[in-house]
Amino acid sequence: MNGDWASAWVALSLTLKVAGWATAINLLLGVGIGFAMARWRFPGRELVDAALTLPMVMPPTVLGYYLLVVIGTQGAIGAWLLEHFGIRLIFTWQAAVIAATIVAFPLVFKAARTAFETVDPELEDAARTLGIRPIAIFLRVTLPLAWRGILAGLLLAFARALGEFGATLMVAGSIVGKTQTLSIAIYEAVQAGQDATANYLVAVTSVTCMAVLLAAGRLAPGPTAPAQRPR
Amino acid sequence: MSFRLHPRGPARLALVVLTAIAVAAAGRTARPADLTVSAASSLTQVMRDLGKQFEAANPDTTVRFNFAASGALLAQISQGAPVDVLATADQETMNQAQGRGLLHAQSRRDFATNALVVIVPMATMAPPAALQDLTAARFDRIAIGLPASVPAGRYTQAALQAANLWQQITPRMIGTSNVRQALDYVARGEVSAGFVYATDARLVADRVKVAFAVPTPTPIRYPVAALNQAPNPTAARRFVDFLSTEPAQARLGQSGFGQP
Repeated sequence: MNGDWASAWVALSLTLKVAGWATAINLLLGVGIGFAMARWRFPGRELVDAALTLPMVMPPTVLGYYLLVVIGTQGAIGAWLLEHFGIRLIFTWQAAVIAATIVAFPLVFKAARTAFETVDPELEDAARTLGIRPIAIFLRVTLPLAWRGILAGLLLAFARALGEFGATLMVAGSIVGKTQTLSIAIYEAVQAGQDATANYLVAVTSVTCMAVLLAAGRLAPGPTAPAQRPR
Repeated sequence: MSFRLHPRGPARLALVVLTAIAVAAAGRTARPADLTVSAASSLTQVMRDLGKQFEAANPDTTVRFNFAASGALLAQISQGAPVDVLATADQETMNQAQGRGLLHAQSRRDFATNALVVIVPMATMAPPAALQDLTAARFDRIAIGLPASVPAGRYTQAALQAANLWQQITPRMIGTSNVRQALDYVARGEVSAGFVYATDARLVADRVKVAFAVPTPTPIRYPVAALNQAPNPTAARRFVDFLSTEPAQARLGQSGFGQP
């Protein structure tokens, strides 16, 4: 059982690392783009929104293939990175982070956009009449009011990143201790007929996901968007 | 984002889901005229053609294929997948199936042979000439099927162990879930070399170079057998017999498979 735990721990810590990075990147990307989409009006806004939401509904293998073609050593970005920096992304844990980030992005983006849209503009106007700079209004008024909705999105994104499989397998491969996340380790164990290992990893995954959900309930209790106050 | 459901929502949702599953299940249940063949990844193209040949000779039967690494096929069948015929890339997987009482043992026979080769991306300047050359620094990523479930990976491991190179190569190994994934990584230039079957390399001859053939301690022979749990046992036996016929062997030969 000790050996099982050691190998499960390798996969679990890698999975947490990948999901953690993906969530951190999505915090910046999702909140930034969510805010921009909530406030900017421009033609084709809903089209952009749909394109940004696409990773949520598209099969992960399709994303994985796109990524392989783009960041692979013969892809547009991959070739450029290799030529100028000697960086090869495919088969690295960073590739797994990229895959998980893209797959989970719409969950943060959607939640952030909705949360920003429900912030009462009168409160921001009031701050503006007091002469507060726009950046301070965002950080001290808008963001705190939208925070609960964003947090709920972030937790969903973390959970989604934990379970990411298809795109990750295609761009990061299945290298034990390097890119083999829990989901991929389970897949390999089942393929190899190692049911005992699979059972163990499945149990570890279930407990981890349960812990994330409980933490989510604790961090974001009650309604996730602040109630509209009566006028 | 709040996910508040209507009080009767969950029940209605459950009904919709159950109906969808029932419809999907009904669509998938093999009709008596269907023959399901689980075959090793390396057989993908040739088996599709052989399936058409078989259908032409047996118009009442529709052949359906399920391709994956031999180990994955065995795992599915062990869990009771409704499969009629199993064709693997190695004897070991078939022996395991036989050991678990899954095979109609008398029907088992070898129907093809293959060779293990080392391939490199087309642009590689100085291809390796022997296994020893793969220890050079420029072969930093080598695609090999995962030995636990992929026969090509097991043949590779055995060959490298026989050459006392396995320990040196393992840190460079990019494990793949089937042999065709290793082929794809080499063709895309994502790895500097890969171990695949000679027949795989022929499929993308414009994108990969065969560097050399790898001597394997055990010969690569593909066994096929009808399964005890076959929903369509008659067609299963007929398909196994068909693979040994002259037209089938000719088609296998065209793809580079050897005669058993």
